[in-house]
Amino acid sequence: MKLPVKTTINGQTQSHEVEPRLLLVHYIRETVGLTGTHVGCDTSQCGACTILMNGQAVKACTLFAVQADGAKITTIEGVAKNGELHPIQQGFWEKHGLQCGFCTPGMIMAAHQMLERYPAPTEEQIRHQLEGNLCRCTGYHNIVKAIQWAAEQMAAGKK
Amino acid sequence: MAATVERLLGKSIKRREDPRFITGRGNYVDDLKVPGTTHAVFIRSPHAFAKIKKIDTAAALKHPGVVAIFTGADMTGVNSLPCGWLLPDLKVPPHMPLASDAARYVGDPVAVVIAETQDAAQDAAEKVKVTWEPVAAVSATDQATAAGSTRIHEVAPSNIAFKWQIGDAAAVDAAFRGATVVKKRIVNQRLVANPMEPRACLARYDDATGELTLWVTSQNPHVHRLLMAAFVLGIPEHKVRVIAPDVGGAFGSKIFLYNEETICSWATRKIKRPIKWTSTRREAFQTDAHGRDHVTEAEMGFTREGKIVGLRVKTIANLGAYLSTFAPAVPTYLYATLLNGVYEMPAIHADVTGVFTNTVPVDAYRGAGRPEAAYLLERMIEAGASALKMDCAELRRKNFIPKFDNGYQTKVALSYDSGNYGAAFDRLLAMVDYKKFRSDQEAARKQGRLMGIGFSTYIEACSIAPSKVVGSLGAQAGLYESGKVRVHPTGGVTVYTGSHSHGQGHETTFSQLVADELGIPMEQIEIVHGDTGLIPFGMGTYGSRSASVGGTALLMSLRKIKEKGKKIAAHLLEASADDIEYENGQFQVKGSPGKAIPFGQVALTAYVPHNYPEGLEPGLEETSFYDPSNFCYPFGAHACVVEVDRDTGHVKILRYLAVDDVGNVMNPMIVDGMVHGGIAQGVGQALWEGAVYDGGQLMTGSMMDYAMPKADMLPMYETDRTVTPTPVNPLGVKGAGETGTIASTPAVVNAVVDALAPLGVDHFETMPLNAERVWQAMQKRKG
Repeated sequence: MKLPVKTTINGQTQSHEVEPRLLLVHYIRETVGLTGTHVGCDTSQCGACTILMNGQAVKACTLFAVQADGAKITTIEGVAKNGELHPIQQGFWEKHGLQCGFCTPGMIMAAHQMLERYPAPTEEQIRHQLEGNLCRCTGYHNIVKAIQWAAEQMAAGKK
Repeated sequence: MAATVERLLGKSIKRREDPRFITGRGNYVDDLKVPGTTHAVFIRSPHAFAKIKKIDTAAALKHPGVVAIFTGADMTGVNSLPCGWLLPDLKVPPHMPLASDAARYVGDPVAVVIAETQDAAQDAAEKVKVTWEPVAAVSATDQATAAGSTRIHEVAPSNIAFKWQIGDAAAVDAAFRGATVVKKRIVNQRLVANPMEPRACLARYDDATGELTLWVTSQNPHVHRLLMAAFVLGIPEHKVRVIAPDVGGAFGSKIFLYNEETICSWATRKIKRPIKWTSTRREAFQTDAHGRDHVTEAEMGFTREGKIVGLRVKTIANLGAYLSTFAPAVPTYLYATLLNGVYEMPAIHADVTGVFTNTVPVDAYRGAGRPEAAYLLERMIEAGASALKMDCAELRRKNFIPKFDNGYQTKVALSYDSGNYGAAFDRLLAMVDYKKFRSDQEAARKQGRLMGIGFSTYIEACSIAPSKVVGSLGAQAGLYESGKVRVHPTGGVTVYTGSHSHGQGHETTFSQLVADELGIPMEQIEIVHGDTGLIPFGMGTYGSRSASVGGTALLMSLRKIKEKGKKIAAHLLEASADDIEYENGQFQVKGSPGKAIPFGQVALTAYVPHNYPEGLEPGLEETSFYDPSNFCYPFGAHACVVEVDRDTGHVKILRYLAVDDVGNVMNPMIVDGMVHGGIAQGVGQALWEGAVYDGGQLMTGSMMDYAMPKADMLPMYETDRTVTPTPVNPLGVKGAGETGTIASTPAVVNAVVDALAPLGVDHFETMPLNAERVWQAMQKRKG
């Protein structure tokens, strides 16, 4: 049995028939073909699959694709606009917030919501808000710096 | 005259690889799409040790979408997965890609289901019925050789893989007479590497050409190809192309040739369709080679004045159920040879027994042997300070090997390159303001607070490795590196390196090197790595070798390019090649920069050789293989300041400080980043991580049970450097990939022990020092 699922991903309408057991992350990666969203664990610990669904950062491995029916989704591929990097992306680049790059899309998506909640986050807030995202390369030091850099840029941009 | 080109080496240039990663356009193995791909799911043993009586695939074969199912019995003509480091009298049991007589650890694969979709393969796998006959298993390191433990392999009585020793036992006995000797049992627990990208492979056989392409998460695609093609599958190496595209971290765990890629490569030739396999995280815990797992009895002797007189070490190293690719090297030549540390050590003897158990095979994990050595030494120094009632910093300073520039022969085979150990430690003491800390600590203790400081010093042997040396020690491979430089007619440069980046940033640092040598912009340079179809040969990336060995190979080729360019330029300038120098991207007559030919024009001339030196081959392309004359020996000193919660045993890191000396630094930003990540992994071992077996079952089989370090568990790190270039290679670089992991574990543990000193706690046999273990220790001592 297959069920219809219709979503808007990075501004484009997507319409497919999928098995009810298909996870949203596999739908995004395999059905839609956007492979920037990664799978790093089976237990929703690592956060590599974090996306924005209706504005909320969610782990795409915790939902079935059919649960996203009607949703507006942003993945890492949709963060830069018109070829311009988002300040968070720029921050990760400027501050060397990534090494192997595998956790990075999830980190950027988590940071996206974090900075909506806390436009001027303290170091402690950043670390706490990243509780659901694992990185094995950076020891988090430069990820914290990257998000601080982005927060400053975004604040300056709003003035 | 060209403007002076800015030097890039030594500068924190932003990474060239980042734009694709931050926009979701990295290209990892699981991202690849090849038409007609089938999907593999492995049937694995749920038992730690069980004979395989029967594998019934009939029902599974009928499942819709199933293409094929293979068991070990089908894989005729396939050899054992090889062990690449043979110690004398090493017992090498067969390690078949699919076990057919018995499964020897939980996760050991016994069959593979290949289907049109991942779901179909998964569903069918559940219909494969294996009849098992469980056998009593042994998983504990110190129980493996016990009388009554089941023999895991016929070839290895008492489950002993090897007995190995180094040093002078009689000299240690003599040194200990009349000395203050401290003795400790030190367990270095089992760890799981856990790169964020799980292992994956995609194997495609082209029936028309007979060529096999394997995309695999590998740190060393040429090693993968050689071992798999020549040793296991017996297929022509030149008909196999192994590609390691973007790889999402590795930390040692992606060096080795594993069952899964071997089986997929074999099976694609049978079914003549591409096969993809991507590990789940659960499979990663159950099958990625684990790290560490030593049980050691150590004794260190001191004079009354605090000079070390000797070290005696007896270690049992758990190798798991089979010998992984480089397993025997890790607890021997990468561990015991480092037991001289940075200290003057008149006598050393180490005795190592490698044992088989019913656990995941153990092999190199970031640091590989060297963290075990550093941890042991730094715990023993602390024990000595405690026994002698001497300040631990003072005791270290008394024993450092004095500064040297070119060679220090240790008591355990190695000859260090250059070192200035006291300087790094003194810089650390200044950064941490040691005197002030001790007075703050005293004040805190009066308020009942448990604050502590821990130091560690370390040395590592990296830049792996001189082929002749490792060959004499049992390595079945040379450990040189290749670097090919291809200058295109328009002056663009493509570099092919046998080294592989899986986070290290080669595309940036190697470009910096090329840009500086040739005086051309980085935009004109492309770095290619990870493809046996394009790169001459290569040994890959591990043992902090990319810059020192791979970078030097590249430098050699760049110099050859310039030599040839000089001949072409000399011809065009009607000068002698000896009179040509290369400056700022142009070949010029010495002393007359006005008479010059730019690099691009020489490149074009090499490919359009109309006006060209007699007898010179056209083209501008050079290949070099660099085999280092010695290891390089980075060193440093780290400190950690902690506070322990009296009520819960929770350890909070207040400060973490690192002074590393990795020789010359190509890109400080990248080196600092690697130090940070290494520290986090070492802190993880000290405080949270540990793979736990119970009766052969892996209790920590997912990220829910295995405590990975998170952002809110770690501080900002305070890092600095001293710079002692190595004389071993022309770049003066030593290697920076593993220092953090080696140094941080002992620094943290020493800090916790220091914090708990008022309660009488002076040692932990076992890590991690999680809240429960610390709390238990506090309760015991409180009485």
